[in-house]
Amino acid sequence: MPQVEVPVVAPVELALDDLQHFLVTRTPALAARYEFLSFDDATAGRRWLCGIIDKVGTASTVGKESPDARWVTIAFTWHGLRALGVDAAALDTFPEEFRQGMAGRAELLGITGASHPDRWDAALRTPAFHAIVILFARDVAERDRATREHAAYVAKIPGVRVLTSLDLEALPPYGEPREHFGYLDRLSHTTIDGTNDEPTPGSVPKVNAGEFFLGYPDETGGTPALPQPEALTRNGSFLAYLRIQEHVGAFRDFLRTHGGPTRDEQELIAAKLMGRWRSGAPLVLATDKDDPELGKNLQRTNDFNYATMDPRGYACPVGSHIRRMNPRDTTDNLARHQIIRRGGTYGPLLPEGAPDDGVDRGIAAFMGCASLIRQFEFAMGVWANDPDFKGLHNERDPIIGTQDGTFDLTIPNRPIKKKITGIPAFTTIRAGAYLFLPGVQGLRFLSRTAGASSSEEAMST
Amino acid sequence: MNEKQDWTKPAAMAIPAAGYAKEVRGRYGPTFPKTPANYGFTIIARIKPGTEDDIRAHGKTLEEAVAGAPDVLAPLQLHYLRWVLFPIGADMYFMYQGIFDTDFDKYTEDAVALFSATGITTIFTKLEGFPEDWKTNPPAFVKFVREHHHPSFLEYAEYPYVSALEVKKALHMRQAFSTMLDESQ
Repeated sequence: MPQVEVPVVAPVELALDDLQHFLVTRTPALAARYEFLSFDDATAGRRWLCGIIDKVGTASTVGKESPDARWVTIAFTWHGLRALGVDAAALDTFPEEFRQGMAGRAELLGITGASHPDRWDAALRTPAFHAIVILFARDVAERDRATREHAAYVAKIPGVRVLTSLDLEALPPYGEPREHFGYLDRLSHTTIDGTNDEPTPGSVPKVNAGEFFLGYPDETGGTPALPQPEALTRNGSFLAYLRIQEHVGAFRDFLRTHGGPTRDEQELIAAKLMGRWRSGAPLVLATDKDDPELGKNLQRTNDFNYATMDPRGYACPVGSHIRRMNPRDTTDNLARHQIIRRGGTYGPLLPEGAPDDGVDRGIAAFMGCASLIRQFEFAMGVWANDPDFKGLHNERDPIIGTQDGTFDLTIPNRPIKKKITGIPAFTTIRAGAYLFLPGVQGLRFLSRTAGASSSEEAMST
Repeated sequence: MNEKQDWTKPAAMAIPAAGYAKEVRGRYGPTFPKTPANYGFTIIARIKPGTEDDIRAHGKTLEEAVAGAPDVLAPLQLHYLRWVLFPIGADMYFMYQGIFDTDFDKYTEDAVALFSATGITTIFTKLEGFPEDWKTNPPAFVKFVREHHHPSFLEYAEYPYVSALEVKKALHMRQAFSTMLDESQ
């Protein structure tokens, strides 16, 4: 590459006392609840917000203040900002994709067929879906306690309705975050410039804060213009919400069909789909045999590349999930396509060997970024769903791509590659939304726009 | 490879004025389809008065950049770039014609970043109407490109749909085969 002009940027000081903690701090939560709210009018919404703002954890309080057992986050849809009285001229300065919402953009992201928004949770497809309150809790008992508190609080404020909600719990055995297919999760970790967090070996170097928070220099070195008013948007972020149902029975059937009779062969197929063994060990470093110690060692489990260590994908297929969602040194501009993921699993674990019981289970997660179109939509529309990704033909991400039995997966091998045709859908998107996550000052702005009266209510702890 | 993409059969495609026969939404607007001559852009814009010499001089700068780092433009998966300055009346216009394998709609931001890193944007900043905040505002950059793109109404290829990567692979194979024959003597 040529000499690139590197802009001189002063060290960034993050407004930790204003940023919601959500994208900065990963909390030790084993349970969560998402409540999707509607406000009958602006007054109701502001009253609700006034009494709950003090419960929202900031990047400076979370992890330091007591009680540190539950963590509250609040975000709004475009319709929600409008419902709270943000004026039309200001709303027009928000990005077009946020205004359209994920349902309005789903087809261009490749989210079609069984995952099409027409089949999503109806409560989240109406303009009446205004806000989400995300509760993360240290355990189920604390989650349930806080849920009761919030229900009592909402009951006191006429005109605030809970449209729907979702309970999430970590899957057993606890202590190792795993999703329903059994893969160890949370192995990649995006680090932000201006925090003390250091990237683990092999991870993406620290990313400028402006890639995640509005009002800071991004990876161009410049600071993009803020949507208006700045009192609302500074220190804010955008979130893409996805609830992804996992079809565990179909997944296990596939491993048996394509992996062969032995457990080892089936595990290898599972690894080829993901790019990591279910233990987390990456195929580039553990090509033929699983290495569970490597998998959970955060200092080693990301310490690999593709361009020199596995250029043709003999270890980790080019079309595997992790190689698509983070092509590492085989792509350009990586720092401009980062997202920070938060979320968890919902629904009960399907015991090994049990037939699929049809119960809804999966992952419900938020992808945080400064630009939905450049970060989330690129990852979803191109990395996950582009059939021609990296010179492949007719393939999509086997885990989170939209699959309907018409796409393939190529597993490079010598002397000849193995091609699995007709990958079934292991997942279906059941809900999606675009949200704006304001800073705490932004929340206060929303709570008092256009002459809002101060609330008499305050939610108890 | 399906029949439509048979490289042995030269192919032409007539294209409606919109630039596409069927509207397919992309992230930044309707997408322009792949033709037998692959993807491409023909951007035509009036230059700011007095910048002609700077633009021509920049051709030399890019020649040196590519000589110094031959893979500098590799991410764009280009076949050819042709840059032309031409007058209409008293005004001078710039035409950027690029033929490439990358689906520009999909890799828009990467192309914008590469344009910036290699100094291609230096020329764009001399075009009238180019957004001042192009660096931190990719959507504005993309809007300019789309507004100044003039889709072809006909594209033809002697070896249709062949990517630059496939051309290079074939040449590598020929070279390897030739070496093998030499080594077998």
